[in-house]
Amino acid sequence: MTPGSEIRHLFRLYGQQFKTTFASMVQYRASLVIWMISQVLEPLIYLIVWSTVSNGSGGSVGGYTARGFAAYYLVFMVVNQFTYTWIMWEYEYRVRQGYLSFALLKPVHPIHSDISDNLSSKLLTLPIILIVAGIMALIFRPTASMTLWSGLVFIPALILAFLVRFLVEWTLALAAFWTTRVNAINQVYFVMMLFLAGQIAPLSLFPAWIQTIANILPFRWMLGFPVQLLLGQLTPVQTLEGLVAQVAWVIASLVLLRVAWRAGVRVYSAVGG
Amino acid sequence: MKIFRLVFTFFRIGVLTETAYRANFFIQLFQSLLELGTSLAGLAVIFTYTNSLGGWLPDEMLALVGVYFLMGGIISLVIQPGMSALIDSVRDGTLDFTLTKPEDAQLLVSIQRISIWSLLDVLMGIGVLVTALILLKQSVGPVAALEFIIMLMAGGVIVYSFWLILASLSFWLVRVENLLEIFQSMYQAGRWPVSLYPGWLRFALTFLVPVAFAITIPVEALTGRLDILTLLGAMGLAIALFIIARVVWRLGLRHYAGASA
Repeated sequence: MTPGSEIRHLFRLYGQQFKTTFASMVQYRASLVIWMISQVLEPLIYLIVWSTVSNGSGGSVGGYTARGFAAYYLVFMVVNQFTYTWIMWEYEYRVRQGYLSFALLKPVHPIHSDISDNLSSKLLTLPIILIVAGIMALIFRPTASMTLWSGLVFIPALILAFLVRFLVEWTLALAAFWTTRVNAINQVYFVMMLFLAGQIAPLSLFPAWIQTIANILPFRWMLGFPVQLLLGQLTPVQTLEGLVAQVAWVIASLVLLRVAWRAGVRVYSAVGG
Repeated sequence: MKIFRLVFTFFRIGVLTETAYRANFFIQLFQSLLELGTSLAGLAVIFTYTNSLGGWLPDEMLALVGVYFLMGGIISLVIQPGMSALIDSVRDGTLDFTLTKPEDAQLLVSIQRISIWSLLDVLMGIGVLVTALILLKQSVGPVAALEFIIMLMAGGVIVYSFWLILASLSFWLVRVENLLEIFQSMYQAGRWPVSLYPGWLRFALTFLVPVAFAITIPVEALTGRLDILTLLGAMGLAIALFIIARVVWRLGLRHYAGASA
């Protein structure tokens, strides 16, 4: 097959996956509502808690006012939605139930259907989350000092953030090949995410040593970095360093993914199916 | 007394089922400790920047974390497993087996599944609560202690009745699990005193999903924040909801057509 026709094939595949995902999302509307509640509630809670702290200590905490926290967590909510994946739960199910066998029979790498499934569902959910963020903005009145350049660089930073998160989580999801206790692994991952991605608090509120760890690990580059960038909190040099870190993590996770996938498929023995 | 014998029997069955998977104990222990550590670390971050969160002191917040774990543990120990089993058994008709037994069916479905490892959360919650009480020093008088226990029991009854009402809807509707999931995902809002939240959210967490009654109000009783009106209101609501749950359950049973068999 020539490279050209291969790409055309992939396009057709993505188009088809979009139709499938769309149909199943319309079917499971209730799950959509549940998903919305948890995606919105968590940043909302931290927004309220930190606003309370800020109002209680003279109107500002670590440079954030209540309205500054509002800006941070509303952008956070949108970035989180854009980069979100659910693959770490799904893989355990696929391997345990033997559904992975079908994916392995197909002539393309299974990651393609996951990417297109993820993107298609976001085409539908992103407008909803933007509307919710808009309503929240009317309630909490966010302020930020955005600049034109940071707004423009935000777009590639957001796409890189999605790639880092997708590739890292897809690789981690492969742990399901070796263990059935994926839940414990996922929980450790999400705790690290909570503290090191800037979820429980903006990273600048943490002690310096935690910030250093956050700069090395991938979590900050999935969430906190694009949020801070859009809000105009980073200098051009910090932005450049961030983009380099993101690219480095994309490459590193691609290598890890290849290694883990090859080893994993070898130990996989279909159960059921 | 029969009730206690039944509870004990189901508890023994729970122990027997789970001891076959002993490794689960360590996994659950690990996960519970991780969750507790996360909660405490989160509080530590916040209290480096302030002395009180909306009027709540660190030790009082610790008591809140304790009750959060205690109540969450009770839900996942007996309420949640029993109610999901009820929904499944209504759908596939196995509720027939429960109904033929010579005991009250509501009691049987409520205690039918006990997932014993959740006792870890209950114990941890009690541990945190006791620690908070020691740190609070300010003596918790016998009145406050009594109010706390009453409010905790009222909160438990409210949560149980709420779950039973939702689960009983499965006699009429097909996909009720979703409603229960919404409760689970809103439960996390109880980590913080509901008084922090803006009015509309506080209303939702008090009356749509009774998180406030389960967690915040008992701790308010403990820290002397509770007025007598809320106390009586919570008790009244507990009794009313329990009766409503019983009625809905009865109506549901009458609507139940039995197995496809």
